[in-house]
Amino acid sequence: MELKSILFSLVKIIAVIAYLYGLLWVLGVKVPVIKVGSRKLNISLLLNAVGAVVAFYVIQLALTDFNGFKLLNSFDSGLLYQACSMTMVALGLNLIYGFNGQFSLGQWGFYGIGAYAAADVTFRWMNGDSRGLTVLGIGVILGGLTILLIRKFLSNLRRMPVLSSFTLYLIGAVIAGVAAVFAGKFLAPFIDPYLGNSLEPGVLNQSFPMSIVFFFAVVFGGIFAAEVSFLFGLPVLSLGSDYFGIATLGFSIVIYTLMVNSDTILPFPEMKGGRGMIGIPKLTTWPWAFFFMLTVIIIMRNIIRSSTGRSIISVREDEIAARSMGIDVAETKLMSFVVGSLFAGLGGGVYAHYIGFLSPNAFDFLVGFNPLIIIVFGGLGSMTGTITAAFGWIFFLEGMLREILGKISPEAPSWRYVLYPLTLLLLMLVRPQGLLGNIEWGFLKAKITPLRNNETKEGVKTA
Amino acid sequence: MQSVSKHQKPITIVSPNSFLAWIGKFLLILLGLLALYVLAKNLIAKPSLFAQNVLDGLKLGFVYALIALGYTMVYGIVKLINFAHGDVFMVGAFVSYFAIENLGLHVWPMVVFPNITPMLGSILGTISVILLAMVICVLLAITIERVAYKPLRDAPRIAALITAIGVSFFLEYFGLLQFVFSARFISYKRPFEEVTWYINDGIHAIEKGVATPPGSITFSNIFVIIIVATVLAQIFLQYLVRKTKIGIAMRATSFDKPTARLMGINVDQVISFTFGIGAAFAALGGVLFAIAYPSIRTLMGVYPGLKAFVAAVLGGIGSIPGAFVGALIMGQAESLTASYISTPMRDAIAFSILIIVLLIRPTGIFGEPEKEKA
Repeated sequence: MELKSILFSLVKIIAVIAYLYGLLWVLGVKVPVIKVGSRKLNISLLLNAVGAVVAFYVIQLALTDFNGFKLLNSFDSGLLYQACSMTMVALGLNLIYGFNGQFSLGQWGFYGIGAYAAADVTFRWMNGDSRGLTVLGIGVILGGLTILLIRKFLSNLRRMPVLSSFTLYLIGAVIAGVAAVFAGKFLAPFIDPYLGNSLEPGVLNQSFPMSIVFFFAVVFGGIFAAEVSFLFGLPVLSLGSDYFGIATLGFSIVIYTLMVNSDTILPFPEMKGGRGMIGIPKLTTWPWAFFFMLTVIIIMRNIIRSSTGRSIISVREDEIAARSMGIDVAETKLMSFVVGSLFAGLGGGVYAHYIGFLSPNAFDFLVGFNPLIIIVFGGLGSMTGTITAAFGWIFFLEGMLREILGKISPEAPSWRYVLYPLTLLLLMLVRPQGLLGNIEWGFLKAKITPLRNNETKEGVKTA
Repeated sequence: MQSVSKHQKPITIVSPNSFLAWIGKFLLILLGLLALYVLAKNLIAKPSLFAQNVLDGLKLGFVYALIALGYTMVYGIVKLINFAHGDVFMVGAFVSYFAIENLGLHVWPMVVFPNITPMLGSILGTISVILLAMVICVLLAITIERVAYKPLRDAPRIAALITAIGVSFFLEYFGLLQFVFSARFISYKRPFEEVTWYINDGIHAIEKGVATPPGSITFSNIFVIIIVATVLAQIFLQYLVRKTKIGIAMRATSFDKPTARLMGINVDQVISFTFGIGAAFAALGGVLFAIAYPSIRTLMGVYPGLKAFVAAVLGGIGSIPGAFVGALIMGQAESLTASYISTPMRDAIAFSILIIVLLIRPTGIFGEPEKEKA
């Protein structure tokens, strides 16, 4: 019996990882250009899109109920959503630490910001209060515009002390926030009547408008996290590597403390402080989780395999050499930090709407080491490794260990946190560079640059 | 190649005295003035309460200093943030708890020498409890170092950091198991009686049932013991690092490991010794912390450990006096913000102070500027 369940769990993990590899492979399929008559047809992109849809439906089918038979039960689908959000967070951290070399421990804080922001929007919307969406949306857009304006103003200035530019941005962001609050108050009477309340949902509270609200909540939550990370990262990224890590650790603890006091010090009584926010609508479904994860993977890959990505990597390798090649080091660091936090915020939004309950304890800094562990496990600077490790980690720790230990005795699941650091220790001692090192697979692999010979041949041809 | 853009914008150089350059400093000065205003207002309103808070902060700060020493020494020598240090601190407190509760180690002088004075007896008993905790923690730390960190000395730094986190998780979650330390709060029996005094026109002992006059500052023998122990530890450590052979070896190792090895220093031994010394101070800190705040639990090491680490960073990590000063600042920040600004936000404010100090002095108060990459 136990052997059977162990085998079943192992098969599940292997199937999930094989699925991921298949997804990455199908996204990266390249076929030669077909010539139909005089027209050239490039069907690679079409094939990739079809592959993504097929990959989506594979899981969707496994999740559908066939007369009481489901290949993946609700426990497994929960693992799947958790793994999707963890993938986003870990990919963001890999961008910051794995590719850009900035040792950040604050990823979990941004994850928490995204989760709470998105959850607050949908929670308020469900209870007939539109201000969550309007204030966050307007605030995020206004804040972004202000930041862009100030950047334009500062771009001509040289030798501007970092703290001064930070102060300017801070003032701008505060003004944008206040404006958003007033705009939300102004707009509320126009929208609120259509929302109804939780007992009698209004027109805008049906399932379809609600999923749109969910989409915007997650996106705005992510952008909000990104803007906070911009404000925080601007002064702090000038610190050296370890000091930066400690400052970000401090940031995530500040965020944690704010969450614990969200109903007393911050004006959000619905977050209920340390008791935890309950009643968040469970809107995360497989289409949304898949969509957000795929978007993050594609954005991440396109960043890394572009000139921006190469400058990000060059900053990790040697800042001085990068600077002498004309790369704006501070700008690159800030960019990767902000994008990484954006991913974390998106992941937080997806997680919040899966779990339906947010407690500050889930965002404690001890838990916050998880993404770091995942990216080191998978290999720093390997996107494939990160994705695999995130899924494997969730399915191993939350799935396999919990299930198997739960069968041995009701107390045994607490042993999984004893086994897990031991696994970690063993892996680090055996393979300090992580499981995959920096190997990539399929879609995420770097394009092979054409050989010089080909170029000269073509050059000869045209000449 | 056309690399020069046609529309190059005119570039203005911000002079260091202009308004734009000063805006950031204004913000910091404003924050500082605000903090000073809050403190001064409360100092004038109730000077004795203020002094009491400063004393409480000192008590906390001195315990943090003991833990911070371990962090700063280990970081100075192997550039590793030893996350397991806070858990060694917890183990120290638990060892002393079991020694007192199960072994009755604190009363052995009274049993062996029935004629001993109670004062001397409790001093001997307490010292033996502390020594036992120290020995066990030193063994633990050296084992951790040998098993988990030594094989990774040539691996990337992040691998050692992850193992440090792993060791820390292991100690915590193993301790949380029901048959080890469990997750409960356990009330701690002090090895000696607490005696408190108050200062109000001279020092008086507080008697039971007699109210202290208003406006007096109270302190206890625990406070005195913590301060004496920390100051002695600090002096001992300064002596060790500055004057002894092993101290010279430690400094040489932290400065340049390969060269130190060439000079005939057994680097591995020195590193183990550093971990051991750090763990001994953590154990001392753990016992004193448990005596001062007599309620212990498995996760008690997490936040004090983190704050001590932050204190070490504040003072400039790698510097021993820096750790001491940083710890005092952390203690005061925590105690004063808890009483005058906001109790639940005290952690947030302590860490904000860390971030602000790092922005002004990127390598801490006593830290040396980072070396350029060779």
